[in-house]
Amino acid sequence: MRRLADLYEALDQTTSTNAKVEALARYFQEAPPEDAAWALYFLTGQKLKRLIPTKLLVGWTQELTGIPGWLFEEVYASVGDLAEVIALLLDARERPARTEELPLSAWLEQRLLPLRQLDAAGQRAQVLSWWHAMPRRELFLLNKMLTGELRVGVSSTLVVRAVAQVAGLPAPSVAHRLMGTWTPSPTFFRQLVSQDVSDGDSSRPYPFYLASPLEQPPGDLGDRAEWLVEWKWDGIRGQLIRREGSVHLWSRGEELITERFPEIADASAALPEGTVLDGEVLAYADGTPLPFALLQRRIGRQKLTPKVLAEAPAAFIAYDVLELGGEDLRSQPLRERRAKLEALLKDVPRLPVSPVVQAATWEDLATARGEARARNVEGFMLKRLESPYLTGRKRGDWWKWKIDPFTVDAVLLYAHPGHGRRSSLYTDYTFAVWNGTELQPVTKAYSGLTDAEIGRLDRWIRAHTREKYGPVRSVEPEQVFELHFEGIQSSPRHKSGVALRFPRIARWRTDKKPRDADTLDSLKELLHASG
Amino acid sequence: MTVTPQGLYCVPGGFHVDPWRPVDRALITHAHGDHARGGSRHYLGARAGKGLLHRRLGADATIDTLDYGERLSINGVTISFHPAGHVLGSAQLRVEHGGETWVVSGDYKRAPDPTCAPFEVVPCHTFITEATFGLPIFRWDATEQVAEDILRWWDANRALGRAAVLFCYALGKAQRLLAELAKRTDRTVFVHGALHALVDVYRDAGVHMLPTRLVSEVEKGTSFAGALVLAPPSASGSTWMRRFGDYETGFASGWMRVRGNRRRRGFDRGFVLSDHADWPDLLRTVKDTQAERVLVTHGYTEPLAHYLREQGVDAAPLATPFEGEAED
Repeated sequence: MRRLADLYEALDQTTSTNAKVEALARYFQEAPPEDAAWALYFLTGQKLKRLIPTKLLVGWTQELTGIPGWLFEEVYASVGDLAEVIALLLDARERPARTEELPLSAWLEQRLLPLRQLDAAGQRAQVLSWWHAMPRRELFLLNKMLTGELRVGVSSTLVVRAVAQVAGLPAPSVAHRLMGTWTPSPTFFRQLVSQDVSDGDSSRPYPFYLASPLEQPPGDLGDRAEWLVEWKWDGIRGQLIRREGSVHLWSRGEELITERFPEIADASAALPEGTVLDGEVLAYADGTPLPFALLQRRIGRQKLTPKVLAEAPAAFIAYDVLELGGEDLRSQPLRERRAKLEALLKDVPRLPVSPVVQAATWEDLATARGEARARNVEGFMLKRLESPYLTGRKRGDWWKWKIDPFTVDAVLLYAHPGHGRRSSLYTDYTFAVWNGTELQPVTKAYSGLTDAEIGRLDRWIRAHTREKYGPVRSVEPEQVFELHFEGIQSSPRHKSGVALRFPRIARWRTDKKPRDADTLDSLKELLHASG
Repeated sequence: MTVTPQGLYCVPGGFHVDPWRPVDRALITHAHGDHARGGSRHYLGARAGKGLLHRRLGADATIDTLDYGERLSINGVTISFHPAGHVLGSAQLRVEHGGETWVVSGDYKRAPDPTCAPFEVVPCHTFITEATFGLPIFRWDATEQVAEDILRWWDANRALGRAAVLFCYALGKAQRLLAELAKRTDRTVFVHGALHALVDVYRDAGVHMLPTRLVSEVEKGTSFAGALVLAPPSASGSTWMRRFGDYETGFASGWMRVRGNRRRRGFDRGFVLSDHADWPDLLRTVKDTQAERVLVTHGYTEPLAHYLREQGVDAAPLATPFEGEAED
């Protein structure tokens, strides 16, 4: 537990990525595997289901400290984190600095998880005895675990990088081994860092290969004949696994979504043993994809009634085959994988192969791109026919050539400083459009300006501040920016009534005046175009 | 005593205490901006704080002083200043009239501080206490421990060739840090212009502190690698910071007791060091004064007054315009 507290403190006390990876690596180097597995469990964002009702924890704290209910509420309002409130209130000065040390795994397996089997009186006796003997840092962590709120605030990419560094493995292997569901056991951690690659969990997906946005003219990619072109479908990227008599459907977010899509699971029963497909889950009827909003509505439902299933039937459009007959095909060229995929899925309903866009030249392709919005797709995927299936976002072989984004001219209204090393610069902005005679904030945007422009805008913001609210400044509504975004949806949660998808700054329009900015009505007209 | 639009007023004495608008006669507990405000005709304060009061109120302000404990009669009201332990020259004001004694604490702390005289318990009938940290989550660790943590943080950054920029309130906290660190090292510390003149006032008062250099006097292009820099929190996020290259930031304040306060403001480190009394010391002090009535001002006035009432003390909040998060 002390080691985890040290790690938590180290991660909490720096805004530097390298320092975080270093601290993580040091932890995984030193911690015994049974503890490392549990730390990994929390670091990758998994949570224990609540062990004890919060009300009981609050009651015991009041009982121990003599703090009346109204004062506890007052304190909670000013701190905002229950685990921290309890730790701070219990932190009397005579608290021991160092006490009996129990490893993290013992804490969890021998103490915390068994709490569920105890009645309230038994839980009380246990928790109070720990609270009594723990130093503040550990007390805070214990409370975080008790309330099920322990989040450590590092991205899983950093965790993977640190484990890979310690194990001497490539990061993608570690990422692969961390996919799927696993229990925090010493065996799991040993397998995670082992050099032996024959291990296997039949439900485990491969890490996804991600395309990079195409920034150059497609003609620069060379001979059109070397490229496979598909529509870029707007659904849920997924991996469909048929192994050992079971079917597993994973989303790119590493969520197991098999049960959300029973029709896809049923259709996959027809696949041979040892098959893994890469593809996209779409709402799909009569050979045509339906708008993403339909799929989204289905995801939002708790229960899959026959009505929901009929309204938004789903299909898995297959892009690629990664494993066939239990053999990993990822190093084979796409040309061969594609041929195998087409042969495999011939006549399998609900598992169509993503069709190839037939356009002989790059020019023809550019013309076909005009149909994209009408087809409910986001553009093209360009894949080199000789490419292996790589891991993560590797530039060169796979590109996404998106249709032109939507644009809006908006006025800068608020500025917020950046983080870490950029905290002395205003780098985050809120933009507004006209609603009648008022400027209505519609979106925030962070990226798109060059460092030089950010510097220039920073000076302007400081010289034209109207008001300061904490770190935020409102500025004179004078600067106009052209923003790009990928879509727009109506949103009751936003005051403007709309939410933009992937907004970013395209250009600082110093040639425009605020009165030239767009209106909320013109934005809302795009709601229809966006589907 | 009563509250007028100008501030706390002693009717028989005809003087205000820490008035927030100009008055004829102002008695001042200490030189912080929310207590010592300019424009009054006559000021009276503790002698130890004279230098700081002049810095705050101007060289030509009319400021009379008394030694701690020295009594003066104003229109039949006996007044005297007593150490509050808050910053250099800070005082509690004792007011006696017709057998009735009031003490206005100003801001105070009970923890030891090498830059000022220690808090003195002054028994009274009515005690006006501050409540900047009037919630039970606020408890301070021993100052030695915090100073040790700060030194270790500085050393760790030094080892990595980084500057350590420590934000702190310019009057009081900065000098206390320099004095605490002087017990442990003799290295020079760089200071922001807002602190510099105040450090000089403390030196003139005989407070032993680490040697300091003004950041703005350093030649352009000089590396701050390994340096400790003290600056007011307002410098955080300003363009002034850019000169330090690779650096970590810290903030020394009682507010750093709560993790979210540090995270929200984006500091790497928070050091819990306050010039105000923590919750246990607020309660202890109220008890020590044996006051029959307690008035609570500045900060968490409602919760502290409410809690004291539940403990059987006659307590009520005393309104001032300086509510909300005080600097510390």
